[in-house]
Amino acid sequence: MATPSSISSAILRNDARARAHPAFWAFVVHRVSGIVLALFLPLHFFTLSQALARPAALDRFLEWTRQPAVKFSEMLLVLALAVHLAGGVRLLFIEFVGWRADWQKTTIALAGAVAVAYALLFALTG
Amino acid sequence: MATRSVRYAAWRFVLQRASAAVLALCVVVHLATIIYAVRHQLTAEAIVARMHASVWWPAFYAIFVIAVAIHAPLGLRAIADEWLGLRGRATDTVLALVALVLLGGGLYAVRSLTA
Amino acid sequence: MISLTESTFPVLIWRGAADGAFRRYEVPRLASQTVLDVVTHVQRHLDASLAYRYACRVGMCGSCAMTVNGKARWTCRTHVDTVAGDRTLEIGPLHHLPIVRDLVVDMAPFFDKWAAAKGEFKPTATRYDDFAKVAPASPARRAIDATIECIGCAVCYASCDVVGWKSDYLGPAALNRAFTLVKDVRDGARAARLRAVAGDSGCQSCHTHQSCTERCPKHLSPTASIASLKRLVATAAVKGTL
Repeated sequence: MATPSSISSAILRNDARARAHPAFWAFVVHRVSGIVLALFLPLHFFTLSQALARPAALDRFLEWTRQPAVKFSEMLLVLALAVHLAGGVRLLFIEFVGWRADWQKTTIALAGAVAVAYALLFALTG
Repeated sequence: MATRSVRYAAWRFVLQRASAAVLALCVVVHLATIIYAVRHQLTAEAIVARMHASVWWPAFYAIFVIAVAIHAPLGLRAIADEWLGLRGRATDTVLALVALVLLGGGLYAVRSLTA
Repeated sequence: MISLTESTFPVLIWRGAADGAFRRYEVPRLASQTVLDVVTHVQRHLDASLAYRYACRVGMCGSCAMTVNGKARWTCRTHVDTVAGDRTLEIGPLHHLPIVRDLVVDMAPFFDKWAAAKGEFKPTATRYDDFAKVAPASPARRAIDATIECIGCAVCYASCDVVGWKSDYLGPAALNRAFTLVKDVRDGARAARLRAVAGDSGCQSCHTHQSCTERCPKHLSPTASIASLKRLVATAAVKGTL
């Protein structure tokens, strides 16, 4: 059944006001961390294969990674990985284990806490 | 029976979630090894030596790479569709290429590490 | 701040359709005033050309659903006091549906998707058969205790960002209805229904934003129904029964 031509095709969309709740933020974090990881991975594979094949380049690479800016970026990547993992496990739980209405905010908080703890562990022991 | 496109779509979903479950395990191991290596201040040579010590390392990282090659493009597919308005044959072809690049690049890195 | 002491306050109401915009009106502030009261006042006393829908005005029919300060709500059940903390009262038509004019949207795409998700009961018994016996405490019946209460008001549909991003996404209400029927032991179209919700525009496109669950005026959780559909679709795909 097509929309009669007398009805406009104008459609209004949501803005930030409709999105101001935890589950939506959890989605944004999950998606953005996924994008970061997807962009980082080819670089990661390339760096690994190059650095290990050529020892001199390896030493220079390791020197470079000791800079604070690089260490900070590494921590962000570990955070992205941890947060994507925790959020993903939360989704797998909701979709395949089952739904508990009253656990929703708790699972988000838990996922976030675990991820941040992991990143901090990395940062502090580095 | 469902049409082919519906069955493909359902299988994409199954593969996305299955690869996610595999990655959940791989990433936990990976994060643990990173923390271990950082804690014990292992040099790159030391890490590479340990990678050669057991056949389980290349096996583990190969499975890791295959799961990533399935999971990442499927995730990007949803983003391309919803946020970039890119969908259809051309987009799926590009994403299949991304999968191959990740698979090839990843397995090459694993071979460099463990061969 | 919408004043609770001044005798009038400003309201922004969407006028027009494709070239529409919010227009400002000054409305009397009254005790226990609902947003529907505000809209009705404008139409009756300030601008008779304002188009809007309502019916029961007591929170049962869902006809008065509109966007209030960015969120989809039933205006008869939204007191101005509730939005008094915001700076203005902004009233617009439901999101994600074509605007007919002002606060009225075309509900046809919403119900078209309901049909596309096979949201229609398919009987298996005839008038000559005995009544179907569905045990109220059975797991299948308990699973749809809440989901059967949907009255198709489209608040969830308007709230869902995936609906906004993917024009062919079936949406929370249609999928909730499909799940309700999948769990109905009397229904005879289960296989076709699972196929209808298994594609790219079906349950797998839900990203668990839970905006639908947040905003449903009947406190349903389409997210939960869709999660169950995902399980059913995945199982059918793996078993080869899809």
